[in-house]
Amino acid sequence: MRLFWHQLRSEQLVFWRSREAAVFVFLFPLLLFALLTAVYNGHLYGRPASWALLAGMLGYGAANTAFAGLALILISRRELGILKRIRATPLPTATYLVAVLCSIMIVFALQAVSLCVLGRLLKSTPWPAHLLSVVLALALVAAAFAGLGLAITGFIRSLEGSSAALNLVVLPMAFLSGSFGTTRHYPRALRAIGDVLPLKYLLDAINAVYLHGRELWDKPTAVAVLAGWGVFGIAVAMRKFRWEPREG
Amino acid sequence: MSAIRVSDLRKSYGEHEALRGISFTIEEGEVFSLLGPNGAGKTTTVEILEGYRARDGGSVEVLGFDPARAQTAYRQQIGVVLQQSQLWANLTVAETHRMFAGYYERPRDIDEVIQLVGLREKRDARVKTLSGGQKRRLDLGVALVGDPDLIFLDEPTTGFDPAARRAAWEMIRSLRSLGKTILLTTHYLDEAEQLADRVAVLREGRIVSEGTPAELTGGTQETEVRYRRDGHEVVLRTTEPTRLLHQLTEEALAEGRELEGLTVRRPTLEDVYLLLTQDAQA
Repeated sequence: MRLFWHQLRSEQLVFWRSREAAVFVFLFPLLLFALLTAVYNGHLYGRPASWALLAGMLGYGAANTAFAGLALILISRRELGILKRIRATPLPTATYLVAVLCSIMIVFALQAVSLCVLGRLLKSTPWPAHLLSVVLALALVAAAFAGLGLAITGFIRSLEGSSAALNLVVLPMAFLSGSFGTTRHYPRALRAIGDVLPLKYLLDAINAVYLHGRELWDKPTAVAVLAGWGVFGIAVAMRKFRWEPREG
Repeated sequence: MSAIRVSDLRKSYGEHEALRGISFTIEEGEVFSLLGPNGAGKTTTVEILEGYRARDGGSVEVLGFDPARAQTAYRQQIGVVLQQSQLWANLTVAETHRMFAGYYERPRDIDEVIQLVGLREKRDARVKTLSGGQKRRLDLGVALVGDPDLIFLDEPTTGFDPAARRAAWEMIRSLRSLGKTILLTTHYLDEAEQLADRVAVLREGRIVSEGTPAELTGGTQETEVRYRRDGHEVVLRTTEPTRLLHQLTEEALAEGRELEGLTVRRPTLEDVYLLLTQDAQA
């Protein structure tokens, strides 16, 4: 436990000390939210557009932070030999990975709070009515995305281009799932792709909870699909995750 | 007592046999060097001992542990400098040491370690601002912060300029004087000669020679005598240099000529090494 706290503190120090990570991972969804609410007006899902965009950005933020941010951290550490070096210390690998996951969750939690505050300030978006459901939904999805983030590190072989490759996954997923507005008018084929993506189900759940005052447990399908993706991610990660850079 | 006992160690990567049955023993407090060209199997050996790789055959015992199974208790007692690894660019030297110190039950005082590796002036500098040599010293610092009994140094001075190498050698000597056991791999002969109590020369996954630097260069090795006669270089090798020199000088005196450019040379470790490894490079 002492090791866990030590590592969690260390991870937070490393994260916030790196300007690139802090801007790309933490600030980017906030910037996007500010931009989108400035240009979108009217209503989405029967609510003011800014409310829907806040829900959408929480979803995009989860994907960007827990999935892409986590993957980027682990890939860069793997390729620089940091992961390998850590393994030679008495720090158990499970403790290490859990601390890294918790650290990125903290970043996402701060980001979610910042998004709500920003929405409040810019567009007077309401606070979530069912706080517990919102927190549970975000925690569930962050965990699911973190599992997928662990998995994808096994498929990205070098540090060069890894950030672009991750965005190639995250940005289309966010579009297809409706982070940037409703998908109702998308072509059927694109909607079908969106229907299998985890972010779509997160947005379903978040929209239901935040926009329509429902509870998370009113959306069992979304919960099941997200949990399924998380388990799938962990299963792939257990086979594909590597601690060492490719042999030069 | 032996710190490391390796017997008939084997390892293959696919078809390629990286280690073809090597054996050696390292005593506590000894500096032992694995010397050999690139691809000889040095890093494979060290990484098996560090617990990174599984062996295919043979037995390995390090500090009483089998590194293939040993976990945290083993890692409390070893320090590792990898051939290539970096640390967090945005942390300072002190923060990096503190992070690693937190992993060990009985860490050394970090300022003491920073002083030992000669980074005191850089204590609060970000890692990314350090020179290559300073980064390598940081690697050594975090390897020492857990106060290990055994230290693995995989090519610790590769890429150093001569001054930085000498500084690194001084540091390794000071570790030795603290009673640490050190396993050092290098492809620099002078490094092995300068630092190691014993050297094993590795070639294509086999130990082709082992002993103290003096033993490696002594033994049945011949002495080389060179001089010039009528503008031609004459090279003679003998196991009886006294007799040969006596003959040569006697003849030369009798004929009233000089043995121009006369040199008598014991083989250096470099000669032995080239002899032992030349087939591999041919």
